[in-house]
Amino acid sequence: MTYLAKPRLRHPTLTQNKVGYTRRDYEGRISTLCAGCGHDSISAAIIQACWELDIEPHRVAKLSGIGCSSKTPDYFLGASHGFNTVHGRMPSVLTGANLANRDLLYLGVSGDGDSASIGLGQFANAMRRGVRMAYIVENNGVYGLTKGQFSATADRGSRSKKGVINNDSPVDLVGLALQLGATYVARSFSGDKEQLVPLIKGAIGHGGAAFIDVISPCVTFNNHGGSTKSYDYVRQHNEAVSRIDFIPRHSEITAQYAPGEVIDVQQHDGSMLRLHKLHTDYDPTDRYAALSYMNARQERGEVVTGLLYLDPQATDLHLSLNTSDAPLNSLGPTALCPGSKALEKLNASLR
Amino acid sequence: MKPMEAINDFVIKFANVNGSGSASANELFAKAILRMGVPVSPRNIFPSNIQGMPTWYEARVCEQGYSGRRGGVDMMVAMNPQTWDADVAEIAPGGYLFYDSTRPIPASKFRQDVSVIGVPLTEISNSAFTDPRQRQLFKNIIYVGALSVLLDVEAEVFETLFAEQYRGKEMLIDANVRALHLGRDYVKEHLQAPLGLRVRRADKVGEQIFTDGNSAIALGCVYGGATVAAWYPITPSSSVPEAFQKYCDKFRVDPDTGRSNFAIVQAEDELASIGMVLGAGWNGARAFTATSGPGISLMTEFIGLAYFAEIPVTIINVQRGGPSTGMPTRTQQSDLLSCAYASHGDTKHVLLFPEDPHECFEHAAAALDLADRLQTPIFLMTDLDIGMNQRLCKPFVWDDARTYDRGKVMTAEELEAGKDFGRYKDVDGDGIPWRTYPGTHPTKGSFFTRGTTRDPYARYSERGPDYIYNMERLCAKFRTAADLVPQPVLRSADQPTSLGVLYFGSTSPAMQEALDVLTASGIHIDALRLRAFPFPDSVERFIAAHELVFVVEQNRDAQMHVLLVNELGVDPARLIKVLHYDGTPITARFITEAIQKQLQGATALIKEAA
Repeated sequence: MTYLAKPRLRHPTLTQNKVGYTRRDYEGRISTLCAGCGHDSISAAIIQACWELDIEPHRVAKLSGIGCSSKTPDYFLGASHGFNTVHGRMPSVLTGANLANRDLLYLGVSGDGDSASIGLGQFANAMRRGVRMAYIVENNGVYGLTKGQFSATADRGSRSKKGVINNDSPVDLVGLALQLGATYVARSFSGDKEQLVPLIKGAIGHGGAAFIDVISPCVTFNNHGGSTKSYDYVRQHNEAVSRIDFIPRHSEITAQYAPGEVIDVQQHDGSMLRLHKLHTDYDPTDRYAALSYMNARQERGEVVTGLLYLDPQATDLHLSLNTSDAPLNSLGPTALCPGSKALEKLNASLR
Repeated sequence: MKPMEAINDFVIKFANVNGSGSASANELFAKAILRMGVPVSPRNIFPSNIQGMPTWYEARVCEQGYSGRRGGVDMMVAMNPQTWDADVAEIAPGGYLFYDSTRPIPASKFRQDVSVIGVPLTEISNSAFTDPRQRQLFKNIIYVGALSVLLDVEAEVFETLFAEQYRGKEMLIDANVRALHLGRDYVKEHLQAPLGLRVRRADKVGEQIFTDGNSAIALGCVYGGATVAAWYPITPSSSVPEAFQKYCDKFRVDPDTGRSNFAIVQAEDELASIGMVLGAGWNGARAFTATSGPGISLMTEFIGLAYFAEIPVTIINVQRGGPSTGMPTRTQQSDLLSCAYASHGDTKHVLLFPEDPHECFEHAAAALDLADRLQTPIFLMTDLDIGMNQRLCKPFVWDDARTYDRGKVMTAEELEAGKDFGRYKDVDGDGIPWRTYPGTHPTKGSFFTRGTTRDPYARYSERGPDYIYNMERLCAKFRTAADLVPQPVLRSADQPTSLGVLYFGSTSPAMQEALDVLTASGIHIDALRLRAFPFPDSVERFIAAHELVFVVEQNRDAQMHVLLVNELGVDPARLIKVLHYDGTPITARFITEAIQKQLQGATALIKEAA
């Protein structure tokens, strides 16, 4: 039995956000993942981001594939509709859901097995179509549910818990997302909430396909000395290119005082991303420079994190398809059915 | 041998080279005969190749209105040297061979028992036109012109068709009319016409329309309110979404805003296309995909999810010859089992079997209603024969008072009023649970959709009783479906009989003819046309009421027979298989002979039937 309900008790003094919800209203069921799993930290970051963004929980649709990571949508936003689809095929289901109702916010949660192996094709095509969503990959480089096999993101030369060495090259989802046309590409670390929460907020506010690869150590199968996805390894090799603040629409934009270069980028919904560039030569609006920078650092064993690329003018699939503002699932026969007279005319043309 | 003679009753076959522009000329020929009030049923026969390879267009002219493939060829228009020998061999004794006589062909290449008609088409075209492409295209119109005199089809009919087709493009009208008359004039001057085969004005077409099943399905999806279509190209279904796009561009673009009330995505593969349809269905939009057998194979995991998670999905399966790549451009009804029980575990799916384009339209709209009502995948099972060939059928009809059946969707108001919501709870006793669309209510009605088992409130559960409750409810829902799907159509024999026949889908036109032929030969059979799976009770009653029941279908393994035995528990010995599966559409001749042969040993039955 892996279903655990969370007590419904609410302390009356809990702080409410602008839409009247407390942080607890953004929680889901109790996690059944291993204690210390990075994925739970990501769930917590999603909860915090949504609460701080004043999102009504039921206006979010959360979709996932299959695997440890894909179980997590059950553990946040309990008032949202969730959909645990099939292995690797969350992107297509999310695409269809998005086409049906453009008014909801779409959160796609996946794992490295789910997105980099069986679902690589769907991941790639969702990115290139510009489906508006925050696509979060909880990347631990290992198959946890089936007890420790390498996933396609495991680095060449890294070792499994049993000591087996991985001889295959890793699939770099960030590099792929950059090449395929994603308009918001970030990498983060589940152990760095300060960095992760604003990245999630930025992704949710983004007007196109937003992708975040979150290194999320598997405490049971991939948190040992030979792993490049362990807590220790990522902490030691984290190379952050930026820190971001997310400034919601209508909030006052405070004066810039952070050290180093600071850039404000307005998202399509009016919210602002304030980028504190830790490396002043890093340009987050140059897709190919970002790719090159990341590859160079990767060669040195560094895990580059932060907002790696952003196109503030992003468009999405609905714009490409020129669909109506009204959600397609809300249209009735008046808007959809041409009626009997049109049919008679059509019949006449077929004689 | 005496040349064949027949008025308004013959089969003409055009042997062409793919890409030579013959398709529109051949269609023009068929339409002209229709305009003379004589029913025509053409069929495209094309191997799985692109350009330069053989292609055929076989048109059956039949005043009686039979639109099934008759079998046999009375006149061959042999325009492809590559297939000459086989084409000539196919002509019935006493028939006619029409060919391009520009270049000499050895006498050995002809037959003594057919009449040969040579027209120097290339020479006429080359001397009249200079552009190479025009020479090729108008050569086709020239042979149509020549045939029109030979078969006595009126020139004015063609001229009207040209004027309609090229409205506003006078140059094209003139050039086509000129080409037509080049052919007509040559025949009038050099040959004896008309032939023994000919067309005579009649009034047998009436209000019927001439269209193909794939377009009709697309139109049905427009009228039925589909807003999301996701697909991956595959023969013979690609023209469904392509036609959907065409009709949506015409009917579904808001004139004020220029924005589309639809979304069509050509997905990266079949897995993604069905995934998108699932997502859209889950989120309250009417969505469909169109594919063929290999696509169904790829979609089966998602189909299982849609069945178990209870998501409305409409799947158009335009069947072709399988297994594997099989015969991708030939027709079959061989995906019945793979669709009826698609995916692993215990599943049962609803299948609809339209007989012609008219029903393709109706069933497409009905499928969208049924998908929402039953919250499950609905398969619209057509095939290449219906899908890609134009057929005369009743006009499309739509009742403007008709609304969409969105099924059991709980609203925010109902949730607010405290109505109990258990996503997988059978509250009405019909096996169909209530659902909510994502985003409905701030605190009530949300649930988690998953492929794993759960309790009636959608909470993950591995308890046996929860699983059994769910699986039994799905069976109850399937039984409910039997009353909601299109019901079978009975055609009773002229007199009481212990013989019955079951058939479905594209077999219908050939069956109608076969029944008439059998009746004329003294064999009376009650016929029931199946229009859906699950089978309503009337199917069981029909079988019970007859001693022997033929089951006519176009596949090797008698898949409908298997479904009947499996689902109704019928004694297999009482169901006689009539199977046709060479990739060509079944003919009345085949059915008649198969039934007569089966009955040879059953003298008592024949006597009784007679």
